[in-house]
Amino acid sequence: MSLFEYAPAPESRSVVDIAPSYGLFIDGEFVPAAASGGVFKTVNPASEEVLAEIAEAGAEDVDRAVAAARRAFGPWSALPGAERAKYLFRIARIIQERARELAVLESLDNGKPIKESRDVDVPLAAAHFFYYAGWADKLEYAGFGPRPRALGVAAQVIPWNFPLLMLAWKIAPALAAGNTVVLKPAETTPLSALFFADICRQADLPPGVVNIVTGAGETGRALVEHAGVDKVAFTGSTEVGRQIARSVAGTRKRLTLELGGKAANIVFDDAPIDQAVEGIVNGIFFNQGHVCCAGSRLLVQESAYDEVLTALKRRMATLRVGDPLDKNTDVGAINSAAQLARIRELSDVGAAEGAERWSPPCELPAQGYWFAPTIFTGVTQAHRIAREEIFGPVLSVLTFRTPDEAIEKANNTPYGLSAGIWSEKGSLILAVADKLRAGVVWANTFNKFDPTSPFGGYKESGYGREGGRHGLEAYLA
Amino acid sequence: MPESLSPAKAAARGGRLAVRKTYKLYIGGAFPRSESGRTYLVDGDNVALASRKDARDAVVAARKAQPKWAGATAYNRGQVLYRIAEMVEARRAEFIALGVPAAELDAAVDRWVWYAGWSDKIAQVHGGANPVAGPFFNISAPEPTGVVGVVAPDSFLGLVSVIAPAIVTGNTVVVLAAAPQVAVTLAEVLATSDVPGGVVNILTGHAAETAPWLASHDDVNALDLTGLADQDLATELERAAAGSLKRVVRPPADTPDFTADPGLGPMTALLETKTVWHPKGF
Repeated sequence: MSLFEYAPAPESRSVVDIAPSYGLFIDGEFVPAAASGGVFKTVNPASEEVLAEIAEAGAEDVDRAVAAARRAFGPWSALPGAERAKYLFRIARIIQERARELAVLESLDNGKPIKESRDVDVPLAAAHFFYYAGWADKLEYAGFGPRPRALGVAAQVIPWNFPLLMLAWKIAPALAAGNTVVLKPAETTPLSALFFADICRQADLPPGVVNIVTGAGETGRALVEHAGVDKVAFTGSTEVGRQIARSVAGTRKRLTLELGGKAANIVFDDAPIDQAVEGIVNGIFFNQGHVCCAGSRLLVQESAYDEVLTALKRRMATLRVGDPLDKNTDVGAINSAAQLARIRELSDVGAAEGAERWSPPCELPAQGYWFAPTIFTGVTQAHRIAREEIFGPVLSVLTFRTPDEAIEKANNTPYGLSAGIWSEKGSLILAVADKLRAGVVWANTFNKFDPTSPFGGYKESGYGREGGRHGLEAYLA
Repeated sequence: MPESLSPAKAAARGGRLAVRKTYKLYIGGAFPRSESGRTYLVDGDNVALASRKDARDAVVAARKAQPKWAGATAYNRGQVLYRIAEMVEARRAEFIALGVPAAELDAAVDRWVWYAGWSDKIAQVHGGANPVAGPFFNISAPEPTGVVGVVAPDSFLGLVSVIAPAIVTGNTVVVLAAAPQVAVTLAEVLATSDVPGGVVNILTGHAAETAPWLASHDDVNALDLTGLADQDLATELERAAAGSLKRVVRPPADTPDFTADPGLGPMTALLETKTVWHPKGF
C-alpha cells in the first residue's frame, strides 16, 4: 500500500575495505590478543554474513591497554591545550574526509539505514570532535574552576546502537580534557571503533592516548574493574549500569552512566497533528527503535486520539523496511538475533496482557534479523510494554485528559532520560517541561542531537551528562 | 629603492622573469583597485591607497554580508575559521617571505584555531538561563553587534587578533590595515577559505585618512581602535563614533602583547545580549 514504487538505490559497499580479521589497538599498534583471549565474529545483521573475525581481549590484554594509557597520560595531559586541540581537529577532519566509508561500514556492521549513518551518525561524530577540540585550549573558561585538571585513564564501554557516535561522545571530551582512554566497543559492532583506531594513526595521535579493546561483557568487566583506571564511562543497559555502580563502590573512580529509557511522547490536542505524527514516527522508528531516548510511550490527549492514530497508521504504512544500504530505506535490520528475540518476547507479552497489536503490511527479507514497525493500543501503565525498555520498533500508546495526568503518567517510570511535548501553546510546553523528570525534553521535535547540547538522564537512566559544556565535567578534576 | 622581500620578486630564479603580484583592496569578496585610482609605494610595491569612497563601499559590502553570516550556524562559522587556519598554514612561506617571523606565524595560525573553537561556545559561557522570580522561561544569548570598523595593528598576529574575535560571533568587518602586503595576502587566504565575500573587507592606505569616515558612518555599529597609536586621533574618532552610539574599543594604554591569552574581551566588546521572556503555565 505504498504510495510510490521505488527502484532499488543501494549505496556501493566497495568504498569499504574490511580485513578478514582484526587485533586489538594498544599503544598505537594493532596486536593479537594474548593467550588468555579468544576470537569472535561480527556479522552483518541484514544478511547474517560474517564481516570479520575480531580478537577478544582477556584480562591480560586489558592490563596492557591500561598500562599503555597510563604511560601516555603524563605527556598527553602535559601538552598545551592548543596542541591537543589540533590533534582533535585533525581527527574531526579525517572523519569528515572518510565519511562515506564510515557510513557504509556502520550500516554493514549495525544494520541501520544508510541515510541515518550518512546523515546523522557520522556527521555528528565529526561535529563532536570538532566541538570538543575547541574546548581543549579553553578549559579554564568552562566554569569548573580556574585550574581544571584531567582525571587520568578513562575506561569507556559503549553500546551497539550508535557505535561511532557513542565512541565520539566518549573519546572527544576525554581527550580534550587531557585524559587517555581505553574503549571497548560492543561485541556486535566493533568495526567502526577499529577503523577509528586507524584514523588516530592517520592523525599521528601519540601511541597509548586511545586504546581499543574488543570483546563482550567479560572484557568490559575486566576494563571497568581494573585498578589502574581513574574514570569509568558507560552507555548501555540499566542492569549493567547497576553492576558497574556497585563495582566502583569504595574506589576513587569517577563514574558516569547513560542507561535505558522509556520516554513519554506527549501529544496535546492543539498540536499540529501531521508534524506530531512525523515526530512520533521519528521518535520510535528512528534507528529501529534502538535508541535509549526513543519515544516509546505515546501519550495522546483523548480528544485527539482518533485523529492521531489514523494519521500515525497511515504514515507507518509508508515506512520502507529492508536493505540498510538502500538509500530509500527508513527502517533497517535489528542489530542481533539476541535483540530480535527480546523484542519478540516483549511484544508477545504485550499481546498476551491484552493490548491490541498493529503493524502495517510489510514484507520482511528472508535472511537477517527483522521486525516490522509495531504499535500497541489499549496499553495501561501496568503493562510490561509500558514499563520495560523494548529497544526496538515497538510503540505503546496510552491516553490522558489533562496536563496533570500527562505529567503523572510520563513520570510514572523508573527511567528519566527524555520526553517529548507536542502543542502549539508555548506556556503549556514550558510548564510541562518543568515538571517532567527527564534529562532532555524535546518540544515539537524529537531525537535532536548536537555536540553543544548536554544529554543524559534522571533517575535510573543514569547520571552525568555528555555533550556541551556540561559534558566536560565528567572528565575534569 | 630598497630590495623588496616580496615573494614574487624572490621567485625570480634561473633567469626567468617573475610575475609580480598587484596589491589591491579586498571589498565584498573582490579585489578592486582604489576607486580613486591612487597607489602608494610600500617596499617597492605599488599598493592601493583607499579613499573615502572605498571605505563607504566596504561598509555597504559588510552590511550586505552580515545577516547571512550571523545566520550561519555557529558550527559552520567555526569550520570556516578553522579553514582559514589551514590556509594560513599552507601559505606560511609566503607570509615569512613578507617578513612575518615564524613564531608569530605559528601563533597566528593557533589564534585562528582558538577562535574557531569559540564559535559554538561563547553563548555557553556568556549567556544562559536566568532564574527570574516568576513563572517565566528567561534566557540570555549573545548576538553580534553588526558591522565593525577596525583600525588594525601592524603585526600579523595583531591583525588576526582583531579580525578573528569580531567575525567568529557573526559580525562583519571593514579593516584599515597597517602592513599592506601582509594584509592583502591574508585577504587572499580569506578569499579561498569559504569566508563569504563581504564578511572581511580590507583597505590599505592611511588609517588617519579613512578611519574618520568609518567613525562617522551611520551604518557602522562598532569601532575597534586597537591598532591606533595616535591618541589624539583616537579621541577624535571616539567622539565621532558617539554620533550613532557605536561601541568603541579604545587603543590599549600600553604596547599590547598579542601572544597572551586574549580572554573573552575582544569578543564580548562586539556582542549584544538578547534576553527572551516567555510565560510558563497550563
